[in-house]
Amino acid sequence: MTINVDNLNNFMIDILKELGNIGAGNAATALASMISKKVDMDVPNVRILEFSQVAEILGGEENLVIGIYFELTEDIVGNMMFALDINSAINLTNMLFNRKKENLELDEMDISALSEVGNILASSYANSLSALTGLKIFISIPSISIDMAGAILSVPAIQYGHVADHALMIETIFEEDQNLVAGNLFFLPDLSSFNKILTALGVN
Amino acid sequence: MDVNTIKVGMADLNLAKAPHLLTTLGLGSCVGITLYDKINKIAGLAHIMLPSSKEIKNNENKAKFADTGIEELLQSMLKIGANKNNLVAKIAGGSQMFNFNSNNDMLKIGERNVIATKSKLKELNIKIVSEDTGGNFGRTIILDSTDGSLYVKTIGHGEKTI
Repeated sequence: MTINVDNLNNFMIDILKELGNIGAGNAATALASMISKKVDMDVPNVRILEFSQVAEILGGEENLVIGIYFELTEDIVGNMMFALDINSAINLTNMLFNRKKENLELDEMDISALSEVGNILASSYANSLSALTGLKIFISIPSISIDMAGAILSVPAIQYGHVADHALMIETIFEEDQNLVAGNLFFLPDLSSFNKILTALGVN
Repeated sequence: MDVNTIKVGMADLNLAKAPHLLTTLGLGSCVGITLYDKINKIAGLAHIMLPSSKEIKNNENKAKFADTGIEELLQSMLKIGANKNNLVAKIAGGSQMFNFNSNNDMLKIGERNVIATKSKLKELNIKIVSEDTGGNFGRTIILDSTDGSLYVKTIGHGEKTI
């Protein structure tokens, strides 16, 4: 089966959605135990976006966001990214450090803690995918960037730009119970990995 | 006359005549290329994502690549009355948003985009009069077609006009 991001059928979209569901379920549990709060998880979205629309999913090109990015290698190749806006980042670090900081500045400890949260979320997501498919996934250490949404999302957009005119983003939105923290976790598999995943799931 | 700001998205290009502005927001590893004819006051802006259309099968969108994007930008400007001898270029972007200790070419794409942009402009004999490229941060740029000035705005890395 040849996979074409510019023209994905509903069957493929359903499979990707289900992968997202399984991956993100564990990640939500991990996040909840880290902050000792209830975490709600939306049904994953499979977004197929024009490059000019990509930044809208994080509030527009110039919106200040934190992106924590991972490379996936071995059987499944691609990337994962956990993204959240600055308010959510401050609230999340306040919960982790059990304090009340009101200014919107992140210090080195905060940034390191956010990287670690991203790491735990991405790793639990990757572990679930690996357990489901029997495929090996090696996940890199996190790399963090605090900048404009457009600039951060140009990285996954370019990843798909090599093979398509749309970006494919399997997105799950997490929300802490009191709406103080909302984050998006993106699974961004390279197209070469799709066939492997489908074969492993017995649907190819 | 009202001044319009024309927005150019990722993998896109557009033109403006004085007094209008051209902008592209949140450039990361992509490169914003501006061409300006100061006699006819015609400006053009391309927002390219990848260095070369030749390495890739899916290359119909010309504005996606440095090589075909610059060519397309030049041709569109000539069509509306720009003179190639008057054209000068300014470029911005091409940063590396995330750092990894790997040799993954994907992550050095910003640098490769800048190199490809410069080589295409050289091939076309268009002089680069100023640039703000590299680093690890995003940029918003605004090109003024009245004088060709390019305003560069960042989060935490200052702002300037080049």
